Amino acid sequence: MIFDEFDPKEDKIFRLIDNEGQVLNASLMPDLDDEIIVKAYKEMLFARVADEMAVSYQRQGRMYTYPPNMGQEAIAVAAGLVIRHEDWLVPVFRELGTWLAKGVSLKEIFLYYMGNEAGSNFKNAHHVLPFSIPIASQVQHAVGIGYSIKLKKIDEVAFTFVGDGGTSEGDFSEALNFAGVWQVPVVFTIQNNQYAISVPVRSQTKSINLAIKSYAFGIPGIKVDGNDFFAMFLAYKEALEYARAGNGSVLIEALTYRKGSHTTSDDPTKYRDKGEETEWAKADPIIRLKKYMDHKGIWKEDETALIEQYRTEVDKQFEEAEHFTPYQLEDVFQHTYVDMPDDLRRQKLEYEQFLTWKENRK
Amino acid sequence: MTLVQAINNALDIKLAEDESVVVYGEDVGVEGGVFRVTEGLQKKHGVERVFDSPLAESAIVGAALGMAVSGLRPIVELQFDGFTYPAFNQIVSHVARIHNRSRGLFKAPMVIRFPYGGGINALEHHSESPEALYAHIPGLKVVIPSTPHDAKGLMISAIESDDPVIFMEPKRIYRAIKQEVAEGKFTIPIGKAKVLNEGTDVTVVAFGAMIRECQKAMVMTKEAGISMELIDLRTIYPIDKETIINSVKKTGKIVIVAEAPISFSVGSELVAIVNEEAFLHLEAPPKRVMGFDTIVPLAKGESFYIISPERIFYEIERTVNF
Ligand SMILES: Cc1ncc(C[n+]2csc(CCOP(=O)(O)OP(=O)(O)O)c2C)c(N)n1
Repeated sequence: MIFDEFDPKEDKIFRLIDNEGQVLNASLMPDLDDEIIVKAYKEMLFARVADEMAVSYQRQGRMYTYPPNMGQEAIAVAAGLVIRHEDWLVPVFRELGTWLAKGVSLKEIFLYYMGNEAGSNFKNAHHVLPFSIPIASQVQHAVGIGYSIKLKKIDEVAFTFVGDGGTSEGDFSEALNFAGVWQVPVVFTIQNNQYAISVPVRSQTKSINLAIKSYAFGIPGIKVDGNDFFAMFLAYKEALEYARAGNGSVLIEALTYRKGSHTTSDDPTKYRDKGEETEWAKADPIIRLKKYMDHKGIWKEDETALIEQYRTEVDKQFEEAEHFTPYQLEDVFQHTYVDMPDDLRRQKLEYEQFLTWKENRK
Repeated sequence: MTLVQAINNALDIKLAEDESVVVYGEDVGVEGGVFRVTEGLQKKHGVERVFDSPLAESAIVGAALGMAVSGLRPIVELQFDGFTYPAFNQIVSHVARIHNRSRGLFKAPMVIRFPYGGGINALEHHSESPEALYAHIPGLKVVIPSTPHDAKGLMISAIESDDPVIFMEPKRIYRAIKQEVAEGKFTIPIGKAKVLNEGTDVTVVAFGAMIRECQKAMVMTKEAGISMELIDLRTIYPIDKETIINSVKKTGKIVIVAEAPISFSVGSELVAIVNEEAFLHLEAPPKRVMGFDTIVPLAKGESFYIISPERIFYEIERTVNF
């Protein structure tokens, strides 16, 4: 298991290709068909296009606050390739690529970030929990799902994600502790994108890295170059196998960089310097994989046309979200309870009476 | 000054005046908070007294209690209303009761401040009004200003209070109201409501961002020939019973306006107070104009949930004409 070779205690980082797309460790390269590599690249590209467009819709005032994923696509797409239909996804709010891979539609994602709860009923995606906004609280749910899987003796694994900032929350440690004690099939990923809003990792923790936190809880951990699609893929593949075999949980720290702002309401120039951004830009996961494919001669398509096609697709889904059924009073009341109390029905009725009064007053 | 500037000014004054004051929380230092309430304070007062903490609300509040019992006066920011819950255990289990548990040996002079309430089209957990949760906990004081002037005076009182204060800031009017605010130090007592407008037909009690909506409704009540007395609660706990009771004794009618879900709320408490202390003066059933008992809807549903001046007027008129 590569987890054994790359010991977080020694602050080793698992990486397979460099920034130029050159293979660093041929013996460990995962055995992937060219089509799969091309498919992964396309998924990353699609996620990037969707993300850029989401930011621009927000800027046009057609969507509310949105958290960009730019720069973190390799993690999502690698995870997406490994997560099977029956596996669970317990995501954080910055998970575009993984949602897409799991069958959540862009339309749903847009609807949610347009402020419509209808967007978080992933009826077409199997085993995906809603977007989690309170930091780190969701990782515990994955542990519970893991317990349920173990008890039912079924072949499923729960994948959950958390940010570097999220590792400071008690919830994170508590979840890992349970995962260790219960030995449940959960793959934890820390997306270390260097910042929690304005706070850099060095102000977040004095740990030499975040993967090392696995030690305290008795589960394997590894620090991976999160912008290296191949390294991420292999880490996930082994993690999945480990968890499926009944060995318990693993912790993956994916080292990456948030290229965009924290959310569209945030201005990273206040706390991030240009030099750092330029340095990280060289490690962009999409460019790296493209360079790799170029070396191998496995990329044959017209990228400009492809991007144009993606833009049309994204726009189509956005417009579907935009023209979704108008929000009704009913939508506010629905689903707070499975069995709606009479008093809540009365509250709605009273409000309708007010609306009628307001209408007649005009 | 805006409300943001007024609170910033209050923190600045206390940081300058009292060495034991420290200000921290997520993104509070370099960025000056997500709403810029603490902007510039780190530059001015140094990274040891104004700083970013790791992302952990429970630890932010728990550590503040440790600081408070050992001689500091921490002012901590929790980033949003919906993110105070991870700190709930510390607030309820320790902050609120250290004085009592130590039989007076220790006290917790600390302020836990956070933006609250809806109306800004925010994400989930960014629009909640948990004042009743905190007012229900014995040992805590809960303050909610509605103007820049009050925010400054109340914040200074909160920092100087030897009891822990939950200071809730109506984010919707953070920058919506500008007001002349005196430069130097002044305080406004915690526990005192303020009569903003005298009237004889109905008492309207509100706080925070709802004051502004009530003032808009007042334009309509005036047109309708209703004389409305408007009271800004300013402190949720300890609640100023006297001002409310005196007003209800005069008007015979009360309408309470607040954003939080209606059941088991500040509105409920006020109705109980009025029933207990001014029952025989009531000429109409007390009315609560409040949020539904639902999860606060996302932005698209907010227009239904948010209390509009029209809805306030509608309920006032019905109460007056009862
Ligand atoms: C419990 C809680 N506290 C505070 C926030 C506000 N907040 C939203 S995102 C964020 C930073 C998260 O950083 P990290 O975990 O590193 O994830 P990233 O956003 O960088 O992907 C904060 C503090 C929140 N959502 N939940």
